[in-house]
This record gives sequence, structure tokens and C-alpha cells, in this order.
Amino acid sequence: MSTVTATGIHHRSYRAELRLRHTKAQYVRLALMVGLLLAAPYVLDRYWLGIANTILIAVIGAVGLNILVGFTGQISLGQGGFLAVGAYTSAILSGRAGLPVPLSILIAVIMTAAIGAFFGLPALRLKGLYLAIATLASQEIIMFIVRRWTWLTEGQGFIEVERLSILGWSIKRQTFEVQWYWLLLAITIAVVVVARNLFRTALGRSFMAVRDQDIAAQAIGVNITRAKVTAFAVSSGFVGLAGALTAHYTETVTWERFTLDVSILYLAMIIVGGLGSIAGAVYGAIFIGLLPPLLTEAVEALSTSMPGLTDQLPAIRNAVFGVAIIVFLLVEPRGLDRIWTRLKDYVRFWPFRY
Amino acid sequence: MNTFISLTVYGLSDGALLALAALGFVLIYKATRVINFAQGEFLLVGAYMFYTAFVVMRLPLVVAALFGVLVAIVLGVVVERFILRPLIGESAISVIMVTIGLSAVLKSLIQIFYGTSVREQPPILPTGTITVAGTTIPVNRLLVIGIAAIVLTAFSAFFQRSRHGIAMRAVADDQQAALTMGISVRRVFTLAWVLAAVSALIAGVLLADLSAVEQNIAAFGLIVFPVVILGGLDSVPGTVLGGLTIGLLKQYVSGYADPGLAEVVPYLVLVAILIVRPYGIFGETRIERV
Repeated sequence: MSTVTATGIHHRSYRAELRLRHTKAQYVRLALMVGLLLAAPYVLDRYWLGIANTILIAVIGAVGLNILVGFTGQISLGQGGFLAVGAYTSAILSGRAGLPVPLSILIAVIMTAAIGAFFGLPALRLKGLYLAIATLASQEIIMFIVRRWTWLTEGQGFIEVERLSILGWSIKRQTFEVQWYWLLLAITIAVVVVARNLFRTALGRSFMAVRDQDIAAQAIGVNITRAKVTAFAVSSGFVGLAGALTAHYTETVTWERFTLDVSILYLAMIIVGGLGSIAGAVYGAIFIGLLPPLLTEAVEALSTSMPGLTDQLPAIRNAVFGVAIIVFLLVEPRGLDRIWTRLKDYVRFWPFRY
Repeated sequence: MNTFISLTVYGLSDGALLALAALGFVLIYKATRVINFAQGEFLLVGAYMFYTAFVVMRLPLVVAALFGVLVAIVLGVVVERFILRPLIGESAISVIMVTIGLSAVLKSLIQIFYGTSVREQPPILPTGTITVAGTTIPVNRLLVIGIAAIVLTAFSAFFQRSRHGIAMRAVADDQQAALTMGISVRRVFTLAWVLAAVSALIAGVLLADLSAVEQNIAAFGLIVFPVVILGGLDSVPGTVLGGLTIGLLKQYVSGYADPGLAEVVPYLVLVAILIVRPYGIFGETRIERV
């Protein structure tokens, strides 16, 4: 077991150190969170459950992006394009080719991972700012293909996806959001656990070594080429999963859902949440996901005293979004995750400052 | 032949505007190593400020232009002092994201105050046409090329001759050496953002005069990336060459092949350049092991 003292957490054995959770407080918080997640569908109405589902999908995408940007240090502005690859692949395979949905989602994940690895190839020669611009180009090129290649949508400009049904278990209209909630919750938890454990393996550690100091990483025997391309593939795989789930959940696939703005939205999530932290990606996705509905509520509450505010809603939303990014970068560049850690420390050491 | 001449004139004028927009981008990168994703929004703010002074406040053209320059200077100083300076020394991703956040804020502020509809602005440049070799060419396109050429020449003269211009080049070359020679690096950083905002103002006003005063002006900011990568991220002559190349290429592709394809061609060029010669045509070759 491990003991917690004011000087920190002390491990008494290697096994104890390797655990994901060390203290009683962590288990209590886990139990609380599980309780909240289980209670959500009974407490929330359909509108808020829909927002919860969108957030769950965003969590998967943000975790994927954080693997690449936060843990491997490779900047990517191509998130929207990779989401599009996942969504289109799964929609076309399940709809037109008639494959079962789980299989089509799996193929979409592999497909996105492959395309992600391909567009990650510039990372072998480019760093930092140049890489950001190269991924910007990949985003624009994927969007161009998606918009112009009419074969993808059979000339309609969008794809309609059938309501999800897996092996006889089908989503019903009445309980649409609730059923999706359970499905997405299960997938999201699996993704978070996989990602969390990825960074306890040699592969995950090699990603972090590349981020911290690539030359030193090479000196201790990390194959940088392999690490970078794998990071792009693994990250894009998660993003492809998020894209495929978006396709089946929203039941229509259009290119407008995957523009550069979406890439920026996801980058904002991991910045606000905390770069290089799985929990941070989750917090960030929740923060950015809750921002629009909460702003809508606030504006509606104010609209009696300030009419005309409702028309400005999209602009206000963008302004708050931009201000949130700037304020987080200036005040707490390590995001919500760091704020949460500091809060816990404050409680733990009280009444002392540190 | 007629199509060719008119496509060339349109391409050159687009290219001249791209070069102006890219100039501000390169100034900021050269002096401060910041990639400014809000360059398009600087154009947008410039165009709307000039519109406010010229149309809403009914000021004479020259006064309106001076008002625009004043706002651009304030914008440059405020952005540098309060947003970029605290981030000096932070990672590339932080710097990129802060300019993306800035672009969202600027764009939505314009939307809140002016709405999304297209604003009417009387033409500043003469709108007539002249006929060259049987082709009618709008005069304002030709004038845009001329104005851009004058502004770009003025800027390069500033860098070659004036004290501040030389100080900026010194800082771009070696910050520590410049500091030991008594150059205020802070002031140079501020100056870079101010000059970038002013050149964006000129580009924004000219662009608005050719098209319209509307939100789409900001989209110009993204095509700046292929331009600067082609010319070299830290090269002022590179912006001219890059701007003209991309401008002409877009017009030729859209005229002879497919207007949709013209949107993506700059990015294809960008990828090709990044693979073959990442530092661009005139960019400083920095060998960096990856």
C-alpha cells in the first residue's frame, strides 16, 4: 500500500507504485464519478443528454489529439480532416456496402490511422511551426477531396446514415439519447482506459521522450521515425473512431462538420484541459462542449433586459471561445488539469500554504 | 489571348495584395518568431475601421486613412504588449493557439458591431476600364498593383536605410547580439506588430475596394501560408515572389481548369515546397536535425 503524508505520497512496494490510483481519496472520487455517470440518464432531460452524448464523442477525439499534440509534441491542425475520413468511411461501408456497423467502424478506425500516418510523414522532416502549416495543408486537401469527389456522397452532397442497430439491438426513437448515452459511455471509458495505459508502455514512453528532447531520445535508442509515425497513426485511430461515431449518432454526414474550425475547436479543448494529460483532454472536452449551451442559457436569461442579444449569440459564442483560449494560455498554460491538482493540494495541506 | 491578359492582370493584382498581407506576417515571424494566424483578421479589422471612418463618420479620404492607421497602430501595440509578450519563450503550440484565439475574438467583435451583411462603400479607386491589345482591363486592378509596389518598396527602403529598420534586421539576425549593441528588443517586437497591422490595413482596404466590405476578407489570411512558405518565412522579397506566383497560379487554374481546384492548388504547392525545400525560395537555410 501507499501512505499519504504532508510530504507527498510514499510507496512501500513497486507494485503499489505501478497502480493507477494510490490513495483512498482517489477511490472515493472514482466512486463519486461512476455514481454521477450512472445517474445522468435518469436526471438529465433529452436536450442535456444529447449534449452529454456530443461531449462523450468529443472526449474520444480530444484524447486522440492529445496523444499527438500533448504527449508527442507534434502540432496538428488536421483533426477535422481525420474526423471526416472516419465518418465517411464508416457511413459508406455500413450504408452502401452493407457491412455490419461494428465492422465498418473498425475499418474506419484502421483507415483513419493509415491516412493519419501518411499525413504524418512530413513530421519526419518538419518541426513545430512548419509542421503546423503542413497539417493545415492536409486539412484543406482532405476537405477538397471530400467536397469535390461526388462519388462519396453519390452526388447528394451528404450521406444519410441508417439508425444504428447491432445484432438485433437497435436504437429506438423514444429512447434515442438514453441508448446512445450507454453505448457512448462504454466506448469512451474504454478509450480513456486504453489511452491512460498506453503511456505506461514502452511505446507511450517513447512518444513522451520524442516530445521532451528528440535528440536525447534517439541517443537512448528510441526509433524517432517509428515513434512519430506511430503517434500519428494511434492518434488518428482514436480520431477516426470519434468521426465514425459522429456519423452514426447524427445520422447525416456533411463536410461542414469537419472544417478547419473543428480542428481549432479540438485544439482548444486540449489547451484548456491541459496538454499532455488524458484527464485534461476529458476536462477540456467537457468545458468546450458545455460552453455553447450554457452561453445560450445565459443569453436567454438576459434577453428580457437586453433585447437583441439573442441575434448576437453566434458571435458572442465565438468571442467567449477566443477569450477562453487566450486567458488559459496566459494565466494557466497547463490547463484545467493543473488547476484541479493545485486545488487538491490546497485542501490537502490546509492550513499550511505548501 | 484576351483571357490570358485579363487572367494575368487579375492574378498580379491578387498576388500584390497577397504580398502585402504576407509582408506583415513575415515581419512578425522575422522579428519575434511568432506565426500569426490572425493576419486575415488584421485585414478585416483594417477594412472595417477604414469603412467606419470613411462611410459612417463621413471623414475625407485622407483623414479616414489616417484614422485607420491610428487604429492599426493601437491594435498592434495592444496585441503585442498584452497577448504575445507574456508568451515569449513558450512552446510553438501555445503561440499558435493564442493567435488563433485572437483571430476568433477579432472576427466576432467585428460581427457583433457590424453584423454579417455586406457593407456598401463607394469605390476609392477609379472604376473605369482601359483596353490593352483588345482586352478590357479594370483600372482599379492596375492601380492596386501600383500601390502595392510602392508600399512594398517603401517598406524595403525602411529596412535598408532607417535606424529602426536596421534595428529590426539586427534583432531578426541575432537577438542577443542586438541586445548587447543597445537595441531595445521589446521596442522592435512592438514595432513589428505595428508595421504588420498597418500593412494589413492597406491590404484590407484595397481588397475591400476590389471586392466588398464583408467578413470573407478574413479568409485571405489562410492563403498567406502557401505564399510565405513558398517565398521563405523570413524573407521580404520572398513575399513578393510568393504572392505573385500564388496569385497568378490561382487565376490561371480557375480560368483554364476549374475554379474549385484553384482553392486547393496553393496548398498543393505548399506541400510540394515543404517536401523539396522547406525554407522556401529566399528563406534562410537553417539546418535543424529532426
